[in-house]
Amino acid sequence: MDTFIEFKDVFFSYHTINGETPALHHINFSVDKNDFVAIVGPSGCGKSTLLSMLAGLLSPEGGSITVYGKPLLPKSTRSVGYMLQKDQLFEWRTIEKNIFLGLEIQKKLNEETKAYTRTLLKTYGLYDFRNAKPSELSGGMRQRAALIRTLVLKPELLLLDEPFSALDYQTRLNTGNDIGEIIKREKKTAILVTHDISEAISLGSKVIILSSRPATVKRIIPIRLSEELTPLERRNSPEFKNYFNLIWKELNQNA
Amino acid sequence: MRELSMNQIKYINREKRKKRQIKIIRFLILILFFFFWEICADLGIIDSFIFSSPSRIFFCFTDMLSNQKLLFHIGITLLETLVSFLLVIFFTLLITILLWQSKTASKVMEPYLVVLNSLPKSALAPLLIVWLGANYKTIIITGMSVAIFGSILSLYTGFIHTDSEKIKLVRTLGGSKADILFKVVLPFNVPGLFNILKVNIGLCLVGVIIGEFIAARCGLGYLIIYGSQVFKLDWVIMSILILCIIAMGLYGAIGGIEKWYLKRR
Repeated sequence: MDTFIEFKDVFFSYHTINGETPALHHINFSVDKNDFVAIVGPSGCGKSTLLSMLAGLLSPEGGSITVYGKPLLPKSTRSVGYMLQKDQLFEWRTIEKNIFLGLEIQKKLNEETKAYTRTLLKTYGLYDFRNAKPSELSGGMRQRAALIRTLVLKPELLLLDEPFSALDYQTRLNTGNDIGEIIKREKKTAILVTHDISEAISLGSKVIILSSRPATVKRIIPIRLSEELTPLERRNSPEFKNYFNLIWKELNQNA
Repeated sequence: MRELSMNQIKYINREKRKKRQIKIIRFLILILFFFFWEICADLGIIDSFIFSSPSRIFFCFTDMLSNQKLLFHIGITLLETLVSFLLVIFFTLLITILLWQSKTASKVMEPYLVVLNSLPKSALAPLLIVWLGANYKTIIITGMSVAIFGSILSLYTGFIHTDSEKIKLVRTLGGSKADILFKVVLPFNVPGLFNILKVNIGLCLVGVIIGEFIAARCGLGYLIIYGSQVFKLDWVIMSILILCIIAMGLYGAIGGIEKWYLKRR
């Protein structure tokens, strides 16, 4: 398989008047096409910083990030979709208008993309809610709408920054399952940042464990669970517990 | 719609009754106030030459309506208030956007705005007369000066407290500074803007009256000052009552526009 994205010795610090806070320290890992990489680590370790770099919002202070061997340009945000911690749907827009947001910004709103939006809305059960305001939808539906807002731009890479953390436990399991299935079906490469070990194993094809700040890659664990299983079914498979214990131990070493 | 249960109907009726009660009491207070005022004036408990009375005000009102061009005075005050209000909205938006798009500019300007906002604007009026003349320009600028600095400060505060995650979303979608402004910051601040407008319409009226006190030959502010100088206190008190009604009407109008806008979008 060809390497899609590669982090080489990536280094980053946050600067304030009161001092410098190193966030990332020599990060090395790679992502293949159609991978679903889950990044876990203690809270505040710099996981979100990694995603911000991939989205082109921050540039590394040292080292390099390459996409198909070429350096990532700071404004090459076009083929990257970013899902934030909350759905960030705009209350002053209808669901459909919310989904058009990225298309409007990128000046791609036309009959073709509108038709594609309708297809996605129908496929993922939101078509009847296209003219509703976000507050009329449940948390899981809102998160799906947020994913569609990203998918209509046909991104090559999806970045998920703890997208389920604002949901209650049951909705979180179901939405995680939905979103995982959608990403698999649409054949996207995805990077998920989470502090929930179970979520990482149930969704990821590879789990990257980061140390506490400044973050380094502690270990990369490939998850070998059947591709056929849905994220919810994976939680019930016998190997799941072993992976969980392995990652748990790794996270708690010299913590 | 589902049929309402007995308890729900009871609850709704109770709430409606409470609302009606409040309205009735409000109205009663007003009626009682005018009633006692009239009685006290008629019985000579207060001197109606100084304190006037509702009946005197009423006769004064009908009289002035026909031969003293009262509607003209009211119209002038309203027009001056509306013009300064519209100019305040325009300049507030313009200046706030300019400050928002440059952190350096806003940091540089902040102390100046704070000082200008705290300055009693009536102190500026005599200067404005000398600079601009005793005319409508002075009055409109005085009206603006009372409202504009405070509204820039509040709108700017609203701008910088716009949900940063929503701004981040627009940036990850490849949005420019203009996209951030028009798609997030402005729509996010619409409710705050309406609150600022509601305060401003009143402030513009205050400023216009200050302006009219010193620089006008017409308008309600002129009637008040002139009336007090020639001891026609009926004029003064009537003008004040009309100002109360104008202030209420303008505030209500903005509330109405706000409701209409929020429903429509």
